[in-house]
Amino acid sequence: MAEEVARELRASFKAGRTRPAEWRAAQLRALVRMIEEKEADISAALHADLAKPTMESYLHEISLAKAACKFALKGMNSWVKPEKVPAAITTFPSSAQIVSEPLGVVLIISAWNYPFLLSIDPVIGAIAAGNAVVLKPSEIAPATSSLFAKLLPEYVDNSCIKVVEGGVPETTDLLEQKWDKIFYTGNGTVGRIVMAAAAKHLTPVALELGGKCPVIVDSDVDLHVAVKRIAVGKWGCNNGQACIAPDYIITTKSFAPQLVDSLKRVLERFYGQDPLQSEDLSRIVNSKHFQRLTNLIEDKKVADKIVYGGQADEKQLKIAPTVLLDVPLDSELMTEEIFGPILPILTVEKIEESIDFVNSKTKPLAAYLFTKNKKLQDNFVSNVPAGGMLVNDVALHLANPHLPFGGVGDSGMGSYHGKFSFDCFSHKKAVLIRGFGGEATARYPPYTQEKQKILRGLINGSFIALILALLGFPREKR
Amino acid sequence: MEAATVAAEAALGQLRASFASGRTRPAAWRAAQLRGVLRMATEMEAEICAALRADLAKPCTEAYVHEISLVKSSCMFALKNLKKWMKPKKVPAGVLTFPSAARIAAEPLGVVLVISAWNYPFLLAIDPIIGAIAAGNAVVLKPSEIAPATSSLLANLLPRFVDGSCVRIVEGGVPETTALLEQKWDKIFYTGNGKVGRIVMNFAAKHLTPVVLELGGKCPVIVDSNVDLHVAAKRIASGKWGCNNGQACISPDFIITTKSFAPKLLDSLKKVLEKFYGKDPLLSADLSRIVNSNHFNRLRRLMDEEMVSDKIVFGGQSDQQELKIAPTLLLDVPLDSAIMKEEIFGPLLPIITVDKIHESFALINSMTKPLAAYIFTKNSRLQHQFERSISAGGMIINDTSVHLTNPHLPFGGVGESGMGAYHGTFSFDAFSHKKAVLARSFGIETKARYPPYTPAKLKILKSVLKGNLVAMIQAVLGCPRGA
Repeated sequence: MAEEVARELRASFKAGRTRPAEWRAAQLRALVRMIEEKEADISAALHADLAKPTMESYLHEISLAKAACKFALKGMNSWVKPEKVPAAITTFPSSAQIVSEPLGVVLIISAWNYPFLLSIDPVIGAIAAGNAVVLKPSEIAPATSSLFAKLLPEYVDNSCIKVVEGGVPETTDLLEQKWDKIFYTGNGTVGRIVMAAAAKHLTPVALELGGKCPVIVDSDVDLHVAVKRIAVGKWGCNNGQACIAPDYIITTKSFAPQLVDSLKRVLERFYGQDPLQSEDLSRIVNSKHFQRLTNLIEDKKVADKIVYGGQADEKQLKIAPTVLLDVPLDSELMTEEIFGPILPILTVEKIEESIDFVNSKTKPLAAYLFTKNKKLQDNFVSNVPAGGMLVNDVALHLANPHLPFGGVGDSGMGSYHGKFSFDCFSHKKAVLIRGFGGEATARYPPYTQEKQKILRGLINGSFIALILALLGFPREKR
Repeated sequence: MEAATVAAEAALGQLRASFASGRTRPAAWRAAQLRGVLRMATEMEAEICAALRADLAKPCTEAYVHEISLVKSSCMFALKNLKKWMKPKKVPAGVLTFPSAARIAAEPLGVVLVISAWNYPFLLAIDPIIGAIAAGNAVVLKPSEIAPATSSLLANLLPRFVDGSCVRIVEGGVPETTALLEQKWDKIFYTGNGKVGRIVMNFAAKHLTPVVLELGGKCPVIVDSNVDLHVAAKRIASGKWGCNNGQACISPDFIITTKSFAPKLLDSLKKVLEKFYGKDPLLSADLSRIVNSNHFNRLRRLMDEEMVSDKIVFGGQSDQQELKIAPTLLLDVPLDSAIMKEEIFGPLLPIITVDKIHESFALINSMTKPLAAYIFTKNSRLQHQFERSISAGGMIINDTSVHLTNPHLPFGGVGESGMGAYHGTFSFDAFSHKKAVLARSFGIETKARYPPYTPAKLKILKSVLKGNLVAMIQAVLGCPRGA
């Protein structure tokens, strides 16, 4: 099945269907239409898959997907234009440019937590860059997967953009084919498998993975604002099931009580006295993850560290916002990516120690710092490697199309959003153009000392040497 | 194998400690290393030439023009641009996060592994290192053991000119390389062939290490009849035999021309070759030898294949003892012969003929994407068509090979010819992580963003997203009231 799909897309690509700007723009406009016309269906699917609140479906998936389409439509004409670059004196006279060309036929493997956005967003980049695309939506978000399989063929050119649904066998089958790029969003275990499969065909990859996104909270902050922002970035993002949601907090021992207090107040304001009843929290995606998360907090090492929440409803697959204080560093809660509504708070003596702690772990997809202290901000930005970072807020950087969104180290490789999406699915081809004039005979054998001298001069940027070289020095019998 | 692993782990451990100490971060350190490399290339020119002569019988002119001078310009370009590259780049902050400041900050990846090749053993070792250092990384270099004189020279020289606590060399063959590949690096930069490229990427996958693979392919040259033939022939010859006797990743691999033009082209090439290398090219000092007997035998096998050997129209002489093969032209070899299926990487140049020049595009597209593609024509429509229909790492119209001397052009492959690019700014980028940084203050809160979610809040946010200025003001004023 995968082989057939790949073959059909290759034929469409070879036929040149995806190259013209008009075709690409038409697909993107169709996607905008699809998002606008089917907004209710999309929200419903996200609700079925995750009990995702309509507000979040709109804000975090639908509107971002639409904005990405529009940004690409607006920028595409300038992105596809060759970029002129300076020509070197050594090839005078010549002109040089960098031309963006599509890679060809690309495979996009999406994730379950933002199943609409994380499918459409890379597809937008692939189309804008002129590629044919296969989208493999996550089977763990089946309603959204079916929706794609049904909707996309109604709106876009099915001969160049296809959806392949399925689980591990179908994905494995797809990974065995030869693609011109593979874009994967998910976890590091599968990321390694994807890259190894890609290696067999020398296929370049973009891997958008995860990690433990730390939030350092200094005492020099507007606490109420900081806590609201942390809470909305954590529980207001799919109930913590987001790659850039805060994973854990580090603060000073002296400040922790105030922080915890403020968090409790904000959480109660957001989700009420019984958060399991709140409509504004996504549920946990499935029982496997539900078990994983409840195990994390039932772990003997941490169970007595819960300072807020901890309630869970297995039937509804709901877990309430849960905050823990000073869990042991070797607990599973602190060694694995949480990806759920559990937030451990670690304490240190001095806030500067938090930077060393963060750096003792693998590089996260995002890192956050709340402080008014400029020195601490600079220290953080200079010395904490992460995919991206925010000072005094959480998660928002993904909404800025001028910022590259991607990981580093264990959190991934490659990036996208805005023009970076276009670049991600393009090959930047160097093109040098010369005429037949401007022959520098010094370049040709037989090599002599005289010729070398002129070449040296030329390479060192000597204008005189250039003239001599072009005038055909040293003279030779023709 | 054990000793190799111990050596690899030790090198990596030391570099990790050096990197963690922050040694490689300051611009001053990076500039000092780059100046050290520049001094090395300048003061040790004679030694470098001697090593290249020992490894490849590379003529001094090529050693200077293609390796030493390129290393020097690379250093100077990096030194000139370093401060600019290191500066964070401000980008527009969106209306959605108003007020905020956004920028992209380049940071080093950490400790990187550079595996070099044998054909330009000095350049292909040092050029990536320049990028790695400019970007603030610590580096391990594994020079090619197939160019042993240069490998030893680098092992000897580099510690004298750069900071040995952050730039290390590990010499050796397959066991040593394997031991290195098993470690966890922050980037691996490999120059070589596709078979080993796959192995490198597979190792890298285990640690989620990003890679740059500079590989090869069959670089085609289309020669139209509408050309200045003598100039074209000189430029083709220079790019082929004038580049390490064809042992270069961007050397013309084969020519495609029309049946009617082929005789003239052949004639011109023969004349040029005789002018360049004399009547007995095996005696010319201006041709590199074949690197070793392995490759010598490989090339002889390509020439001696049945149905190919009778297509030789010029050259074909070889000297097994000296490992020399003369410039050799072949006309209309079968497309399924080994010489047309494998990357030649030597002084053999097949010429394939077609009826109409446009047929050359389909032929090239039936092969894997090459590292470079070339066309000689004055016809601008044909030039344009070439650029649009052929995908290659890079391409040149009316010349060969020289694009790699332009630091403003990215140098790298696509498809089977590789992934990633370097040279100039692209070298700095290859070894950097571009970190997105968004900074906000505590003022101006958008209450509409917080739970409990209400239709009123959703309405305001929808309007803000549509760029509605009134909605923005409302949102910032804390509407809807009551949250």
